[in-house]
Amino acid sequence: MDAPMPGSSFTSLLESLGSEPSWSIPQGHEPLQAPEGTTVLALRYQGGVVIAGDRRATEGHLVAHKRIRKVFPADRYSAVAIAGLAGLAIEMVKLFQVELEHYEKIEGVRLSLEGKASFLARLVRNQLPLALQGLVVVPLFAGYDIRESTGRLYTFDVVGGRYEEIDFGTTGSGARLAKSFMRTEYSDDVDADGATQLAVRALVAASREDTATGGPDIQNGILPNLIQIDAEGVRELEDAEVLPHAERALESIR
Amino acid sequence: MSIPFYVAPEQLVRDKAEFARKGIARGRSIVAVDYDKGVLLMAENPSSALHKISEVYDRIAFAGVGKYNEFETLRKAGIRQADLMGYLYSRDDVTAMGLATAFAQTLGVIFTRDPKPFEVEVLIAEISEDGSEHRLFRVTYDGTLYDERNYVAIGGKAEELVEALAAEWSEGMTLEQALAAGVAAFRQAEGRDMEGWEAAVLDISNGRRTFRRLDQDQLDQL
Repeated sequence: MDAPMPGSSFTSLLESLGSEPSWSIPQGHEPLQAPEGTTVLALRYQGGVVIAGDRRATEGHLVAHKRIRKVFPADRYSAVAIAGLAGLAIEMVKLFQVELEHYEKIEGVRLSLEGKASFLARLVRNQLPLALQGLVVVPLFAGYDIRESTGRLYTFDVVGGRYEEIDFGTTGSGARLAKSFMRTEYSDDVDADGATQLAVRALVAASREDTATGGPDIQNGILPNLIQIDAEGVRELEDAEVLPHAERALESIR
Repeated sequence: MSIPFYVAPEQLVRDKAEFARKGIARGRSIVAVDYDKGVLLMAENPSSALHKISEVYDRIAFAGVGKYNEFETLRKAGIRQADLMGYLYSRDDVTAMGLATAFAQTLGVIFTRDPKPFEVEVLIAEISEDGSEHRLFRVTYDGTLYDERNYVAIGGKAEELVEALAAEWSEGMTLEQALAAGVAAFRQAEGRDMEGWEAAVLDISNGRRTFRRLDQDQLDQL
């Protein structure tokens, strides 16, 4: 508490104290087995953006978790979804959430959406040495841009490359399948409800082909996580709201 | 070799205290008032850009009077400590008590060690998870920590404000009533018209982050 630390970044504060999250694996070590998150996606609609993820984490050929959460609100106007090594990714999301809130409190204003995305890219880039050893984390970022009055979304690659998508984006093992599905179904005049329906259908479509993606399991109450973001802010959908979408999607996709 | 003048410690402390008190008395005051769903913080502040009241953590707010750069340093240090604790342990482990003692420690050390004490007084407010129990701490320029109940004031007119609030405050007031009580207390203590307000609340109905600034529309209704 004594010395005022410069800057408004929480991550820099952690670094200055030497307590930033870090992992290192000795060279030549066997690849680790740890749970991995799979398919997440986001798409824009009129007045906002929806971001969604299935609930499965896999470890090799096994299902490690049935109800893992991969979609998180980042702050009032943005959300982040993760694919890749779950342990690393969840820590990254936690740091990202604290960073955004910390900046907002210190500076008195929120970071721009672009600023948030570029900070997330930096977190991914910092993981590059681990990615080279097979421990990969790739997020997906979506939010509402107050200045532009529109929903926006960003995909990333493993080296921290950041790409803004104008319609939809996916990442994870079922990403290609979900993307192909959305490519045929997406139209840019879709509304919030239509976008939510499409997101669930794309996840179901991915789960039909990709064993690492978990489809909705209505009997056991396992439903995808969805977050809608518009001018009002982030809103997480309740299971009761997701259920009808899941039922329809399971019926229509064989 | 020159020998420095001997100054008695009593004299030194008295001089520093007087200096700090004078600095604080020049600034405008702040009050915090309990109401049924949280705590209201109010300041007379003609600037809408330079804030005296701000969010520290989910249920904790900070307010400072005196020299802006000095209480701003404390505010940032408080946010850093709170976010660090919450990140390393859990969000529940961040408490107003912990922050207040850290502020007291910092101000106390600066008062005795530095040639110039901080000319500030700070207030830390916290509401409990169900909003039923509030905590109000006040830390003075020399690091003395006070645990207050129901309402508190800091700044040059603190005594007059507390006196006025004692007459205005009652258990279970609504936000509107608390605002009215605050305004009445300021009018009575200052004996003049106010030049703009800054107000914020910690209110349990706001979700996880309970801090909200009251916007101009809400303030215009005063």
